[in-house]
Amino acid sequence: MHEILIEQGILSKNDEIAGKNREWLRARGVFSINMVSSPGSGKTSIIEKTAGLVNGLLKLAVIEGDMETDLDAERIRRHGIPAKQITTGRACHLDAHQVHHVLPWVFEQGGIRLLIIENVGNMVCPAEYDLGEEMKVAVMSVTEGDDKPLKYPALFSASEALIINKTDLLPYTDFNMERARKNALRINPDLRVFETSCTKGGGLAEWCGFLVSSAGRAAKARAK
Amino acid sequence: MSITRSMMEIVREEMDRHGVKSLKRLKVRIGELTAVEPEALRFCFEAYVKGTPLEGAVLEIEDVPLMGWCAQCSAEFRMEYFLRACPECEGASVTKTTGHELDIVSMEAE
Repeated sequence: MHEILIEQGILSKNDEIAGKNREWLRARGVFSINMVSSPGSGKTSIIEKTAGLVNGLLKLAVIEGDMETDLDAERIRRHGIPAKQITTGRACHLDAHQVHHVLPWVFEQGGIRLLIIENVGNMVCPAEYDLGEEMKVAVMSVTEGDDKPLKYPALFSASEALIINKTDLLPYTDFNMERARKNALRINPDLRVFETSCTKGGGLAEWCGFLVSSAGRAAKARAK
Repeated sequence: MSITRSMMEIVREEMDRHGVKSLKRLKVRIGELTAVEPEALRFCFEAYVKGTPLEGAVLEIEDVPLMGWCAQCSAEFRMEYFLRACPECEGASVTKTTGHELDIVSMEAE
């Protein structure tokens, strides 16, 4: 009997492929984000609205992650945006390997500058899986409660931006926006917070402005 | 479960590499700020090894607390409730030192 030292990250294989994805995307000038939230907080709606606002500025492609069906990809395609569905079966998150297989499709579209990856609705596991994105974006909605950041700190800590969606429903809930922001910033003081409503349109221009300028900054950094 | 699968893939590779057949103990390190719940990992591990030659192996989990370090006064402290200011000098430039670990440390096998 002997002790064998391993000292290896449990997700080191995923991280290795994620690194490759990042390298591929950067080399082709694609800025990528990974959107994570619980089911039903409005990720797909936000992507539909985002597509309308940024597609003239940045050519966009979308990867949709769900356990079953390609309903979400179908929704995105209706806006004339190329979208590819990954169905994960029993897995509750996307991993770098699945995204790796779809990247050739992204590059075939030609001239894509922004890749939005919509993760499977789940706030736990997706926080740990690097897909090779430049930025994780957490989404929560006002119907979920303002204590969400404290309950799922790993996600809020790993994200650069937070979208608080469905603000049009604020009058019907006891959600406290001030407290939600405070909770999120307590976990991650560098988080950029956006308040949006996909039905009324509020806050989406600010979010898209941030997205376009982040992509621009990344492109400039690459050019140096 | 897929975290357990990734973990066991590495373990099997290491076992093959070292030419060992039976696993007695596996040590892992899990940070407080990861999305991995130690008890859930233990449950998945037991389910994974059940009915395989690895059944009976012990999973030893080292919980790593979320710790912070203050750039102003060099104090190191436990980041209770994700506090961002230094409890010694109240300085705000605090960096996380531990809490993100998700590592396999070692295994006992023969």
